[in-house]
Amino acid sequence: MTNHWVDFKNSDAFLVIGANPAENHPCGWKWAHVARDTRGAKIIHVDPRFTRTSAIADLWAPIRAGTDVTFFNGLINYVLENELYHEEYVKLHTNASFIVGEDFEFNDGLFSGYDEATRLYDSATWDYERIKGSELNPSIREKVPRTDATDGSAATPRSPAATPGFAKRDKTLQDPRSVFQLMKKHFSRYTPEMVSGVTGIPQEKFLEIAEIFGATGTADKAGNVVYAVGLTHHTSGTQIIRGIGILQMLLGNVGKPGGGVNAERGHANIQGNTDNAQSWEILPGYMAIPKPGMKTLDDYVNAAALAQLDPHALNFFGSVYRSMTVSLLKQWFGEAATKDNDFAFSWLPKPDKNWSWMTIHDEARSKRLHGLFNGGMSSVNIGPDSNRVIESLSNLKWFVVMDPFPTASSEFWHAPGVDPEEVQTEVFFLPTTHWIEKSGSFTNSGRWAQWKHAALPPEGNIRNDNYILAQLFLRLRKLYEEEGGAFPDPILNLTWPYLNQDDPPTEELSAEINGRELTTGLLLDTFLDAKDDGTTAIGNWLYTGSYTEAGNMMDRRGTDDPTGMGYFHEWAWSWPANRRVLYNRASADAKGKPWDETRPGIRWNGSLWVGDVPDYPPDSPPEDGLGAFNMTGEGVGRLFVPGGLLLDGPFPEHYEQTESPLVNPFSAVDKNPVAFLYEDAPASFAKDDREFPYVATTYRLTEHEHYVTQHVPQLVEAMPDFFVELPVELAKKKGIANTDMVRVRSKRGEVEGMAMVTKRMRPLRLGNKVVYQVGIPVHWHYAGGHGKGKGAQMANLLTPYIGDANTATPEFKGFLVDVEKI
Amino acid sequence: MTTELGLAVKRKSATPSSGTNIRRDHSIKQVEVSKLVDIDLCIGCKACEIACKEWNDLEVEETHNFGSYQSHEDLTASTWDLMRFNEVELDGNDIAWLIRKDSCLHCEEPGCLLACPAPGAIVQYENGIVDFDQDKCIGCQYCVSGCPFDIPRFDSKTKKVYKCTMCVERISNGMEPACVKACPTGSIRFGTKEDMVLYGEEKVAKLKARGFDDALLYDPEGVKGVHMMYVVPRGEMLDEYGLPEDPRVTGLSFFPLMSGLKKLGSLATWAGLLGAGVFFLRTGRRFPPPEDKAVASAREKEGGEEAGTLSAPHPEETNRKEGERS
Repeated sequence: MTNHWVDFKNSDAFLVIGANPAENHPCGWKWAHVARDTRGAKIIHVDPRFTRTSAIADLWAPIRAGTDVTFFNGLINYVLENELYHEEYVKLHTNASFIVGEDFEFNDGLFSGYDEATRLYDSATWDYERIKGSELNPSIREKVPRTDATDGSAATPRSPAATPGFAKRDKTLQDPRSVFQLMKKHFSRYTPEMVSGVTGIPQEKFLEIAEIFGATGTADKAGNVVYAVGLTHHTSGTQIIRGIGILQMLLGNVGKPGGGVNAERGHANIQGNTDNAQSWEILPGYMAIPKPGMKTLDDYVNAAALAQLDPHALNFFGSVYRSMTVSLLKQWFGEAATKDNDFAFSWLPKPDKNWSWMTIHDEARSKRLHGLFNGGMSSVNIGPDSNRVIESLSNLKWFVVMDPFPTASSEFWHAPGVDPEEVQTEVFFLPTTHWIEKSGSFTNSGRWAQWKHAALPPEGNIRNDNYILAQLFLRLRKLYEEEGGAFPDPILNLTWPYLNQDDPPTEELSAEINGRELTTGLLLDTFLDAKDDGTTAIGNWLYTGSYTEAGNMMDRRGTDDPTGMGYFHEWAWSWPANRRVLYNRASADAKGKPWDETRPGIRWNGSLWVGDVPDYPPDSPPEDGLGAFNMTGEGVGRLFVPGGLLLDGPFPEHYEQTESPLVNPFSAVDKNPVAFLYEDAPASFAKDDREFPYVATTYRLTEHEHYVTQHVPQLVEAMPDFFVELPVELAKKKGIANTDMVRVRSKRGEVEGMAMVTKRMRPLRLGNKVVYQVGIPVHWHYAGGHGKGKGAQMANLLTPYIGDANTATPEFKGFLVDVEKI
Repeated sequence: MTTELGLAVKRKSATPSSGTNIRRDHSIKQVEVSKLVDIDLCIGCKACEIACKEWNDLEVEETHNFGSYQSHEDLTASTWDLMRFNEVELDGNDIAWLIRKDSCLHCEEPGCLLACPAPGAIVQYENGIVDFDQDKCIGCQYCVSGCPFDIPRFDSKTKKVYKCTMCVERISNGMEPACVKACPTGSIRFGTKEDMVLYGEEKVAKLKARGFDDALLYDPEGVKGVHMMYVVPRGEMLDEYGLPEDPRVTGLSFFPLMSGLKKLGSLATWAGLLGAGVFFLRTGRRFPPPEDKAVASAREKEGGEEAGTLSAPHPEETNRKEGERS
């Protein structure tokens, strides 16, 4: 989230889409109710299903799963057409005035630079026109060798067009090549008629939503977009979120209290996971993973750091990449990382291709990957196409599951259709502590890292993950010491400074993550003190300040809120720098005066920025005009994304889902042309809706947490059985009554469960076509403890093995199925 | 010694004039407490259901999905709190999903208590809580028939009737009921009745401003008010929520009969049976017939009621007062 949960009380309107906060984030969601009770805020819910969030919303609109790009593009068009945007904000805080180069084009669904053979864009033309010879900052990105993607897998983004110089601007926004004018053109195709015909949202409902949310484009109103994995689980997921960013910047809602682009993160501790790089493409703190061919630290820093595109851009990442990287290397390799060996940069992994979740399992399936660990994650349940994943696990030599409970993965040889005799994989189950049994921090969706204390000691021989991973490391290191190996340096030189080497306490890990000044040994207060000379060591710059000489800041429980804005700066600690609202400089005008005096983010008091912790140099006067978005090379928010950052285009464009009942009416390009795809996967996709006529979506219920709570009797009692939600009209058509058993089939697999026939699933009218949607919750499986789950009750038996172009997040939502009564 | 939230007894079932005024310190005003369920804030998460089970150590039951998000089809002897889900069609293409926490409303005029023939099996405290004492319950289920909200449930194994106690033991120790504590949105509130009415009235005004013209605070007159009120956004849909529009205590209460016949001593047994019979004729049979033997034996035991079965106050207080008045 750019904002945070308590800040929801400052909103005038909520657009909740692809999320079900009442069910999945009830504790944070209560602040939306506070906004409604105290400010009269409106709550809009857009979702394929009428859920418990819809039940308390002021307005619900059904939407066809996977058409969210169209929905947001339609809202953007409505805001532009009706001039509802916050003009002063748009001119001051966005790149609307930037001039895009002549060579950038968009034709019939494709942006310039597409190469059909590689299924990739050369994004060189997605660039601003530059003022020649104006380059001040030498950190220009350089072309780096990129992945050969002929295997069909998506490559990491190409290097940007490295034309030197600042971008040209037209602050009147009138230049036909200005971002603003290009936007008007691009989004004008997304008329309310088209939106309704593609999304299935009745036109009058769409207009009602557009009117309510569009009204937040004034200085004294704040609109909040709340989303979750309902938006990211699509082949164009990243572009859907881009649509939110564009809408919110046009309305002046980014950086403002009560506004924001607010992702609800998964059950604890997904936010903390991603922050600390439990994802292949980043190093801790969202630093880029080095690529093959990067031989030196310079290669890496020059490629990863952004080029400065405007004289008013602070371009924070552009200037600190080296000190952040050196500090990280010092943390990992200690004294072995020296200036002479380039701080051991060569020891960092440089993955040769996209090594995301689907690739890992695809490699296992192809027997190129021999061993796998599951920790806090269950491969069989959590990925797409469970049958394919079970095949992957069956092809492993060994498989380790660390979990408090047996999972569908630790028991995968019992899966239906699997003959245990045939499975040669050696499976180890290591019972671990549950989070209730260990201390540590959870980072919530609003970026608050909150320390929690173990509630119970673990029983019996159960060990915590720290112990298990420490043992793994210590024994591997011993093997390397004794036997050598191909590349022992990173293992032998990894620092291991813990008091208890066998079981490093989480507090010591937190101190490492925070970082130290190495000459004094003192914990750092701020990442601004990171040095590139090897005198600081920082595990994750985002968390510097969370565990300092003053103590564990995440364990604070101060309830002072002097501004009344709900910042609660002494409650826990939020990244970065204990800042509660990101981009908060944009909450004020050119003079540093809050857009809304009753809801100040930060304000210039004549000598300092005060209020929230400023996302800005605290003493930089507004008249100097430094840009509010200090992480971008532009210094402002990006309505148009220049090349090198995204794989599928500078503006969001609608493409149909991998499996869809509709042919894309917007262009000749039916599907996302750069979706993350395996060569053999399309054979498992339905080509159209003839065999599989209904759109299915998957989701979680408030009563359960993933697959774990099938082991909790009270929760099984509260929501006992797997079910399939069907619209009344579809059920009637198929002769299915409420509580009848049904079979749901996709091209990949089938599930069997009880039909819940409900008015909450609405048939959608798309032009002349009526489309029915089917809802399938994810919680049931064959290793369910108290649950009564069976093999054929795992939602992901149905889902397709394809991912988002940029993130490779699988398309769990909006695929085709058929339904029949058993 | 009573505290502000203390458990001075207001009345007991089948027990004439069972108040505890003699021992009460009149300088301490008995606080009338109430829960309030603000349906506008309720997200149907069932945390209250589970907290209720956990705190009261109630048996986990084997449930089956019956085509609804509702966990159990009905309240049971070990499910005292149930989220009820009802989908209704509105004008146009819109729908509403009515979700209501169903549990004892703790009536000011409790139909269960008035119907109960077992002395002291149902107690109403001055703070408004209506509680069952299963040690004294004779399993006749008149309370089930007497309740206008259909709350008490008979357990065929223990032959006793159960319902929400409003976590009386938590309240008397300065804590809120378990369901209130577990509620993540503040939908279930707890406080003095006065404060809750104030909150409710303010909330109803806000709902009306939001376009819920029929929003109301559910605190029905027919039972002289309740100690679990609801803020109902769609007041025109009480029936769909499963709330009676005008609940009343029907049938003859057992208590007036008893007070008249008390002096007849050993005849009390017969009086009990007579009273039960009259009640039965008036209200009809909804559950298996009462166990008349149990009624009779309870009547015999009446004089020598054992002490200490309720956590507080001391039952002998009430016995002494009975003697005075009768």
